[in-house]
Amino acid sequence: METSKVIHAIYNDDDVLMAAVKSVKAKRYHIEEIYTPFPVHGLDKAMGLAPTRIAIAAFMYGCIGLAVATLMMNFIMIEDWPQNIGGKPSFSYLENMPAFVPIMFELTVFFAAHLMVITFYLRSRMWPFKKAENPDPRTTDDHFLMEIAVHGNEKELHDLLSETGAVEINVVDNTH
Amino acid sequence: MEYKISNRLRLTAIILMVVGLLGVGYGFITSNKSFAEVETMLANESHHGDGHGETAAHGEETHQVETVGHDAHASDVSHDEGHEVVDEHTKHVNHVMHAMHNRPWSAFYVAAFFFMMIALGALAFYAIQYVSQSGWSPLVLRVMEGITAYLLPGALIVLAIAVASGTIGHYNIFVWMDPEVVAHDKLIQGKTGWLNIWGFLIRGLIFIGGWSLYRHFSRKFSIAQDKANDNKNFKKTFRISAAFLVFFIYTESMMSWDWIMSVDPHWFSTLFGWYVFAGMMVCGITVIAFITIYLKTKGLLPQVNDSHIHDLAKFMFAFSIFWTYLWFSQFMLIWYSNIPEEVTYFVTRIEDYKLPFFGMLAMNFIFPLLLLMNSDYKRVPWFVVMAGIVILAGHYIDIFNMIMPATVGDQWYIGIPEIASLLFFAGLFIFIVFTALTKAPLAQTRNPFIKESEHFHY
Repeated sequence: METSKVIHAIYNDDDVLMAAVKSVKAKRYHIEEIYTPFPVHGLDKAMGLAPTRIAIAAFMYGCIGLAVATLMMNFIMIEDWPQNIGGKPSFSYLENMPAFVPIMFELTVFFAAHLMVITFYLRSRMWPFKKAENPDPRTTDDHFLMEIAVHGNEKELHDLLSETGAVEINVVDNTH
Repeated sequence: MEYKISNRLRLTAIILMVVGLLGVGYGFITSNKSFAEVETMLANESHHGDGHGETAAHGEETHQVETVGHDAHASDVSHDEGHEVVDEHTKHVNHVMHAMHNRPWSAFYVAAFFFMMIALGALAFYAIQYVSQSGWSPLVLRVMEGITAYLLPGALIVLAIAVASGTIGHYNIFVWMDPEVVAHDKLIQGKTGWLNIWGFLIRGLIFIGGWSLYRHFSRKFSIAQDKANDNKNFKKTFRISAAFLVFFIYTESMMSWDWIMSVDPHWFSTLFGWYVFAGMMVCGITVIAFITIYLKTKGLLPQVNDSHIHDLAKFMFAFSIFWTYLWFSQFMLIWYSNIPEEVTYFVTRIEDYKLPFFGMLAMNFIFPLLLLMNSDYKRVPWFVVMAGIVILAGHYIDIFNMIMPATVGDQWYIGIPEIASLLFFAGLFIFIVFTALTKAPLAQTRNPFIKESEHFHY
């Protein structure tokens, strides 16, 4: 549920941030978003985020790549024009398979890698002319920002966040 | 924590050894068939029209075809090459007879090498842990030390079998040991500078000596480090480990030429040493994982957590793929260029060993690839054990495929001599390794990285 106001708590240490996340979660507040300048190990677990499924996607893309390579070379080298090239047995795919393995391998990796990266961009909504969604430019350098939606409980949230060691607490209008 | 070998385990090991020895003895006795016996056996088989009972793959082929096939690579195996007066029939019967005589020797040798290679792989892995100063592994270093205790006896047994096959045996594994064969073989004559029995023995002793010295001192420093007040011993191990790895990669390569590649003295491959190395690393790491899991379920390695298992499983996975990469690189280069003098190696294997040859590929590559790819599965002990069993069986067949085609040819079968040899060495391995594990606490206490290892979390 979108609200008109969010609270931004700013921290300048990742350990303090981790502790803060734990106490905010303990009070059962919903954290909208956290902005950090670098990956904080264990943050996703503390926030209770679901594990990524991108590896599963990559595995399937790899299978697609393997299938593409196999079908392509089977058609070209075996079915369409089975020439005798240097005495290689092009009677069946299996007979000439060792020669195709390098391509099968590379296409598997190619599909897995590129489609996984594209999936990542799509899922995280990243593209060249995308407007940056950064609430505070300091979070790209050395500050950490936790965003919590306000539902008329501004005062208690403010108290809780200042207890957790936030160096700055702002209430702002929700921009997105 | 101190470990005491349980009576049940010791008894199991002893039973394995006794049963294995009985089977090995049985193999040697029953294989000792005379010319006449083999002749009647072959005659019976060709009448039945289903080829050699022991090689189902050859079912449809006629007797005549086999004779021709054998002569094509007779120089590898036959000891009667020079006797031009003997007719085709006698030659064929003699050939089959020798292959049968070779079988228990080769079976014993394959099993001996397989277990030696586990210990050697674990030793190389151990040295790598010290040199890379890895933070996750110190908790399992003692397990590795236990496994490497098998290296000295195991390697000496391998060398002893190899030398015995050429001295008390009838050149049952290495044809180049047979002066009769060498006298009529220009190719082997050109290699006698390397392939002679004294050189073989001395090189073997140097390899084993170097490995065992490293093992002895690293173990000594490891135990001394537990009681020391500084890290002097750790630094010493670091230095000798680095030196050992240099020595190891040279000697391992030469060992693979001597102990494995020379069963086919007409054949050579440049990446063979790496290929054998990759196989031994997989096996070594798998057994490290097995013993770690075993001791952990006994509650003897309480600090080891599923992240350690995960790391070991990752190494099993990665080295399985590395092994496949080398296997394929060797196979594909030879298949592609198809030069007769080197391609016979794979021709005999694909013709006579189709199932083991391609079966091991499934066991050593496809199976671990699919099972150990998932990060969650790698943390589940029984899953790692199941994958490890397949990997170990696959690599036994890998060694089998390297030795057997050169010694027994199409007379192979995985029967009593092979299984009994495996049981014997499994018993010996368990006995030595678990006895060595009782000699020191199961975890190092003063390794500079032990704290990190105890809190290792992935």
